[in-house]
Amino acid sequence: MAVKTYLQAISDGLRQEMQRDKRVYVIGEDIGVYGGAFKVTQGFQEEFGAWRVIDAPLSETAIVGSCTGAAIMGLRPVAEMQFADFISCAWDQLVTVAAKQRYRAGTAVPIVVRLPSGGGFSGGPFHSQNPESSFAHIPGLKIVCPATPADAKGLLVSAIEDPNPVLYFEHKHLYRRIKDEVPDERYTVPLGKARVHREGDDVTVVTWGAMVYTADEAAKQLESDLSVEIVDLRSLSPWDKEAVLTSVEKTSRALVLHEDTRTGGFGAEIVATIMEESFESLDAPVKRVAAPDTPVPFSPPLEKKFIPQVEDVLAGLRDLAEY
Amino acid sequence: MAVAREAEPVSSLREVKEAGLDREDLLNVYRSLLLTRGIEDRGHILYKQGKIPGSFYTGRGNEAASVGVATAMGPDDVGTPLHRDMGVHVVRGVEPWRIFAQYMGRVDGPTRGRDGNVHMADNKLGLIAMVSHLPAMLPVAVGCALAFRIREEKRVALAWFGEGASARGDTHEGMNFAGTRRLPVVFVCDNNQWAYSTPTHLEYACENLADRAQAYGFDGVVVDGTDVLAVYREAKRAIEKAREGGGPTLLECMTLRMEGHAVHDDASYVPKEMFEEWAKRDPLERFRSWLRENADLTDEEEEEIAGQIKKTLSDAIRRADESPLPNPDDLTEGVYASPEDLDTPHHK
Ligand SMILES: Cc1ncc(C[n+]2csc(CCOP(=O)(O)OP(=O)(O)O)c2C)c(N)n1
Ligand SMILES: [Mg+2]
Repeated sequence: MAVKTYLQAISDGLRQEMQRDKRVYVIGEDIGVYGGAFKVTQGFQEEFGAWRVIDAPLSETAIVGSCTGAAIMGLRPVAEMQFADFISCAWDQLVTVAAKQRYRAGTAVPIVVRLPSGGGFSGGPFHSQNPESSFAHIPGLKIVCPATPADAKGLLVSAIEDPNPVLYFEHKHLYRRIKDEVPDERYTVPLGKARVHREGDDVTVVTWGAMVYTADEAAKQLESDLSVEIVDLRSLSPWDKEAVLTSVEKTSRALVLHEDTRTGGFGAEIVATIMEESFESLDAPVKRVAAPDTPVPFSPPLEKKFIPQVEDVLAGLRDLAEY
Repeated sequence: MAVAREAEPVSSLREVKEAGLDREDLLNVYRSLLLTRGIEDRGHILYKQGKIPGSFYTGRGNEAASVGVATAMGPDDVGTPLHRDMGVHVVRGVEPWRIFAQYMGRVDGPTRGRDGNVHMADNKLGLIAMVSHLPAMLPVAVGCALAFRIREEKRVALAWFGEGASARGDTHEGMNFAGTRRLPVVFVCDNNQWAYSTPTHLEYACENLADRAQAYGFDGVVVDGTDVLAVYREAKRAIEKAREGGGPTLLECMTLRMEGHAVHDDASYVPKEMFEEWAKRDPLERFRSWLRENADLTDEEEEEIAGQIKKTLSDAIRRADESPLPNPDDLTEGVYASPEDLDTPHHK
C-alpha cells in the first residue's frame, strides 16, 4: 500500500494490466513518446514497445473503430481520448457499432475508452465537458466515473476485464489534487456497486466523480447541524439503485448532484427512480444541484458560476433540511 | 488524371491456374455465383409474398465482385461485407437457410430476429456483422488488421464500402490510419455507380476512387467487377501483398447496381441505356460462357449444378420457415455480454 495520486493510480493500474495480459494495448493521440496529454502513459512505450502503445493519427473514429475490430479479434484495447470532449467524433463507432454488436449479432466488444473529463481550469467549451449522461442513455455501453485513487485503479481493472464497451471517465480535476492509499497488488472494484463516501442520517447526497469532494466539503461545513450521507455511485451504467434507495430510505431526504448540465442529465434518472420506488419514505421533494444548461464557459467567474460549488450544495442541503 | 492501375481481364485457363484456381475451384465459383443470385431472387419473391418484414436489398450485378474477392481470402482472413456482398457470406460457407431465417426475422437467423436483411454475419466464418451506418465497418476492419499486426499474424482483413460511402469521414480515417501503419487490410469498393439515387459525380470528383489510394500511401487498382476471374486475381494479389507486409490496397470493383437501391425503388433515375449496356455484361452469364469456352463446361454439368442450387434453395426456405419467431419475453436479453461470450475462437 502506498499513497498515490488519482493519476498515478490510473497509470499504475493500466501498466499492471499490460504486464499481466499481453492482449491489452493502448492507443491514442500523443500517448507514446510523449506519454499522453496528462502523462498517464508516461514511460509505457519504452516498456511495452510501439505496437502496444500506439500513437494514432488525429482520428477518433479510427481509434475507437479499430479498437472494436481488434477486440473482436481477441485483443483488449484501451483507447485514450485526449479529452473526453473529443468522444463526439467517435460517437458513431461507440453507439452504432460497439454498443449494439452484442445484442444484434451476439458479438462481445471488450473495449475501454479512457476519457479525461470535467472542468475547473478554464478549459472552455471544448475541454471541460462531462458527457457521461449522453452515453448512460445508450443500452450496451457501460459508464464508469471513479472518484478515489483506489477506485480509479480497481475500476479500471474491472473495465478492462469486462466483456463490454466501457467508457471510463477520469476527472481531470482529481488527477493530481487527490491522493490516497492504493494497494500495490491487482484488485478489482465491481461495476455497479456504489460506495458510501461518508455516513450520515439526515440527508443523502447522490453523486460521482469530482462532485464527491464538493459534497464532502459541504457536509463537513454542516457537520454540527446536519448529518449528511454521501453515496458515490462509481458507475452510472450499471448504477447501484439498491444503495441509493437504501440510503434514501434511511435519511428520507435526497439531493442529487452532478457537474454535467441539468436537463436530461443522469441526475434526472436517479430522481425519477427515487420517486418511483421510495416515494413513501421521503420527507421532502428530491433536490437536484447541477450545472445550468449552457456550454462550459471559459472565463473564471463564468466557469465558477457554471460548475456546482460547495455553496450551491450547502444551499440545497439547507433547503432540504428546512422543508 | 487517373493514377490507379487498370486491371487486365483474365483470358485463358492457364492464367487462371497461375492465379491459383483449378477446374473444381472454378466450378465452385460458378456455384457460388448462382447461389448468391438465387438467395436474393428467392428472397425477393418471399418479400413480395409478405414473408419478409421491413425492407429488402439485393446485390444484383455485384455477384462476381463479392464472390471473386471472397474466393481470394485465406481461411483465417476476416472481413466486413455489406449489403451488396451476399457472395461473401456464400463463399465463406454460411448455411443458406440461416440467411432466409434472418430475412424472415426468425430465431435461427444469425441475429435471432434482432436485426434484418443482410445485417448479419457469422463470426466463426471470419465475418463481422455490418451496421446500417456506412461505412462504419471500415475502421473496424482496420482494427482487425491492427490486431494481426500487433500479434504478428499473417492474416488479412477485408473492408468493404460503397462508392457513395467513400464520401464519409470513416473512409478517410480508416484508410489514412491503415496507410500510416501499413496494416494488412484490403479496401474493396463496390462501385455500382449509384448511391441510392445519387450518381458518382455528385459523390466524388476524382476519376477513380482507387486514385485516392496514392494519397494514402498505397496502391489503387480498378477492376471490372463483372469479371469474376479478374476480381479474384486482383484481390488475391492485394491480399497476399498485405499478408507479406506490403500494406493496404484499394481495389475498386466497377459494376452497375442492376436493381433499385432496395426493392421499393424502381430506379427510374438510372438511364435505360445504362441498364441495357450493363445487362450485356451480366457476371453470371459472362462466367458461364467463359467456362464453356475455356474449361469445357458441359450441358450436363450446367444442369446438374442448376439442379443442386434449386434444391438447396427450396430446402433452405422450407427449413427457415420452420424456424420460430422470437419470443417477445426475450426482448431484453443479451444487451450486455457476459464473460462466456469471450469464450469464442475469434475472441482468443
Ligand atoms: C451514414 C449513412 N447515411 C445514410 C444512409 C442511408 N443509405 C443507405 S445505403 C445508401 C447509399 C449507399 O451508397 P453506396 O455507398 O454507393 O452503396 P450501395 O448501396 O450503392 O451499394 C444510403 C444513402 C446510411 N446507410 N448510412
Ligand atoms: Mg453505390
